[in-house]
Amino acid sequence: MSSSPRLMQGNEACVEGAIAAGMRFYAGYPITPSTEIAEIASEKLPKVGGKFVQMEDEIGSMGAVIGASLAGLKAMTATSGPGFSLKQENIGFACLAEVPCVIVNVQRGGPSTGQPTLPAQGDVMQARWGTHGDHPIIVLSPSYVGEVFDLTVRAFNLSEKYRVPCILLMDEVVGHLREKVQLPDPATLEIINRKKPDLSKISHYNPYEDYDGDGIPPMANFGEGIPFHVTGLIHDTTGFPSTKPEVTEALIGRLMRKIYNNIDDIIDFEKYFTDDAETVIVSFGSPARSAIRAVKILRNEGVKVGLLRLKTIWPFPRKAFRELPSTVRNIIVAEMNYGQLIEPVEAACAGKFNIFGLNKFNCELISPDEVIAKVREVNKNA
Amino acid sequence: MEERTEIRLSGSGGQGLILAGIVLAEAAILDGKNAVQSQSYGPEARGGASRAEVVISDGDIDYPKVTRPKVLLALTEQAFNRFKDSVADDGIIILDSSIEKDDTPREIIQLPIIETAKNEIGKGMVANMVALGVIVELTKVVTKQAAEKAISNRVPKGTEDLNLKAFHAGCNLAEKRV
Repeated sequence: MSSSPRLMQGNEACVEGAIAAGMRFYAGYPITPSTEIAEIASEKLPKVGGKFVQMEDEIGSMGAVIGASLAGLKAMTATSGPGFSLKQENIGFACLAEVPCVIVNVQRGGPSTGQPTLPAQGDVMQARWGTHGDHPIIVLSPSYVGEVFDLTVRAFNLSEKYRVPCILLMDEVVGHLREKVQLPDPATLEIINRKKPDLSKISHYNPYEDYDGDGIPPMANFGEGIPFHVTGLIHDTTGFPSTKPEVTEALIGRLMRKIYNNIDDIIDFEKYFTDDAETVIVSFGSPARSAIRAVKILRNEGVKVGLLRLKTIWPFPRKAFRELPSTVRNIIVAEMNYGQLIEPVEAACAGKFNIFGLNKFNCELISPDEVIAKVREVNKNA
Repeated sequence: MEERTEIRLSGSGGQGLILAGIVLAEAAILDGKNAVQSQSYGPEARGGASRAEVVISDGDIDYPKVTRPKVLLALTEQAFNRFKDSVADDGIIILDSSIEKDDTPREIIQLPIIETAKNEIGKGMVANMVALGVIVELTKVVTKQAAEKAISNRVPKGTEDLNLKAFHAGCNLAEKRV
């Protein structure tokens, strides 16, 4: 049975989703506007047999999450800008060592301490490239409180399925908003658990051997009798370091392939009124809500405008742009930053459309009126 | 477009305005409506400007913030001055009696909210619930039953009676005025 409708905060829905997905370990260091996630996790996790640890800082939190996941638990941490910066080194470790984990970033204004209590979307590029080196990563971004639940479950599922860190990129508006939600019946949820080695078929377990040919090595739990080596150095299938070019190329290639060969499974977006649209707004997170309102108002006036709402931001859903109808001439990218998502949009469109940014960087949510004004300006000039 | 009622509760940090906003939004949901509640505050734990915003609607609530409130509650002079001009033309401003009102061209209803909490209930910190009673009685934006249930759901355990008493004192304040 799904629960009756109730008023729930975005940060609370994140914890509910995580526990429903099987999270049994949380390590974090509280920071506005993500603090409620830690607070609620500390209450709820012990009740389902899970563990909550408040660590000494964000670096330690990320390390603890990686350790817990290697030992077999689904693990999560939550933070905001300054903490997200601190976690980057260990996120890179999780990428290379292929440790499933979920990192929540409830975005506030930056850089540095910035605007601790106010919303922004300035971490789009950091979520993709915050840690160094070639690496794949999955980044999801919800617009509604109910969707925070759904995408948190999905973040765990994708992370477990592909052995990759998954980032839930929220913003202060969605994290702090309380909204009417009806959570789904837990029995109806698809829950994916990481693939385990089948020891009846494997005589000697190599932790990074692509036994199934899908680029995803099965993962044993640390401490359950199968010893293996985990390192942040480039390694061969045994898990031990190697400097050989063929080993390096094979590992980086496989890390990328396991994500990009499955991109249709990973990307997720919604189209509103794009079928005959001349102008399409592209948005994500809370500004997408303002864009929907603007589209409804403009459609009432007969303006041919639509919305592409991205739920997966990285890997970038290029397909969404290939699918746009031939009526489209203009794209407006609405985001609470100086212009970040607009760059992959420009790359995906390759000069096919006129592209404009609607950028707000005063740490206030873009309003429907501002979206409407931008659409009118673009339609008039383009 | 669907009917949309916007309410802004403003004052300073520590006055419990966010809790009042949560109660109002939850009451609307108990009444079978759609509602969202958002908040804005500074980095300070106490003091500093604080506000809670509630949008109640029969339909979808896309944009979750308040721009033209039908009801503005102002418990500090700073909040009154900052938000009085945002109130919708047919909106009302509920102002604590401690604040001097001005010639803002909106209906201003001035009531001793903070004083009632202090003197009648004996705890200044329940001014938020007194204010909630005033709003519910004056605007009927949610039913009294739903508000009472939402208060019981949301206030700290053991303080339900105190908070309900403050809520009813607020209802009486508004009723006497009407």
